[in-house]
Amino acid sequence: MIEDIRAILKEHGRLSVDAGALAVDADLYQAGLTSHASVNVMLALEGKFDIEFPDRMLKRGVFESISSIQAAVEELTAGAK
Amino acid sequence: MATQYSSEELYQNLVRHKLIIPVGVPGAFGRGAVFEDVLARFNDVVTRLAKNDGAEVMAFPPVIDRQVFEKSEFLDSFPQLAGTVFSFMGNDAQHKELSQRMHDKKPWADLQSMTGVVLNPAACYPVYPSFTGTVPAEGRLVDMQNWVFRHEPSPEPTRMQAFRVREFVRVGTPDLVVDWRNMWLQRGLELLQSLGLPARSDVASDPFFGRGGRMLAASQKEQRLKFEVLIPVISEEKPTACCSFNYHQEHFGKIFEIYTPDGALAQTACLGFGMERVCMALFKTHGCVPSEWPKSVRDILWPA
Ligand SMILES: [Zn+2]
Repeated sequence: MIEDIRAILKEHGRLSVDAGALAVDADLYQAGLTSHASVNVMLALEGKFDIEFPDRMLKRGVFESISSIQAAVEELTAGAK
Repeated sequence: MATQYSSEELYQNLVRHKLIIPVGVPGAFGRGAVFEDVLARFNDVVTRLAKNDGAEVMAFPPVIDRQVFEKSEFLDSFPQLAGTVFSFMGNDAQHKELSQRMHDKKPWADLQSMTGVVLNPAACYPVYPSFTGTVPAEGRLVDMQNWVFRHEPSPEPTRMQAFRVREFVRVGTPDLVVDWRNMWLQRGLELLQSLGLPARSDVASDPFFGRGGRMLAASQKEQRLKFEVLIPVISEEKPTACCSFNYHQEHFGKIFEIYTPDGALAQTACLGFGMERVCMALFKTHGCVPSEWPKSVRDILWPA
């Protein structure tokens, strides 16, 4: 799953660094993730994992690192089963 | 007795006292002489308050360069609010068809083409291209009153399609910009309270479009980038934003290549008084006849 998240960040995150080389707990906003880019990342994650982020999860903290994104996706895919 | 709030009643009262003049389409009413006098007087009070701030005064028309509009990314955030100007650019035959279709009440929009201008979507947008380059160490401050268009037709009087904003824009280092914003947040609140208005300030978010917009709004609130001074005008629970403060961080600095002398991207913030909304808050709070307003309020707006 981490590799999928990295691929999505690469395509939609418009980061100033290589998403493939980022530590899983690195701050994505420090790495150049803008608010608008985080929306595109969110929509791409929804498409890739067939999930829908509820309003309570549409927060900056959820998209602040690869590991926080992973935790959110795991919670939502677990809920779907 | 507690004040009762009603959008419809306020609209009727404003019309009855000739403060506003209905025109058919909602949110585009005219303004009467007394309304305009109150607006001008409030504008003067703001001018007096800011007179030692060293602002450069500028005025822009109600349209902006479409390329500036496109660069601003307004459509990424608020596609539902924008109004792009289209015009006829055809030949005689097409003109004939345009007239015919209009008289036949058939659609004619496809016979117009996009022009190079867009209705101004936010009071501060026209100024940013003029900051391109390096700003002085003390930053810059601009003072404007511009017409703004928002496509949100509504019978509710405080929600207009076109309105005036008295806007100040600060550009410079983060410290300069944030200190200035904080100074005005207090000043704006005190100004409106001094006019007898039950104003309070709160953190706020912009009406971003769609699901992505809910995320943008949450992020804006979490970062405390937008504040509003709110006054109950048509509702107690949903008070009306009469003054709003936006901290854009480096958004416009990046887009329009604005730098501080140390070579860093400049930051910007703006504040705007919704002029018609302030007037309506005054009419709602003190009544539709300014000569009957409390002396303390009249003394500020009509000083001897
Ligand atoms: Zn502004």
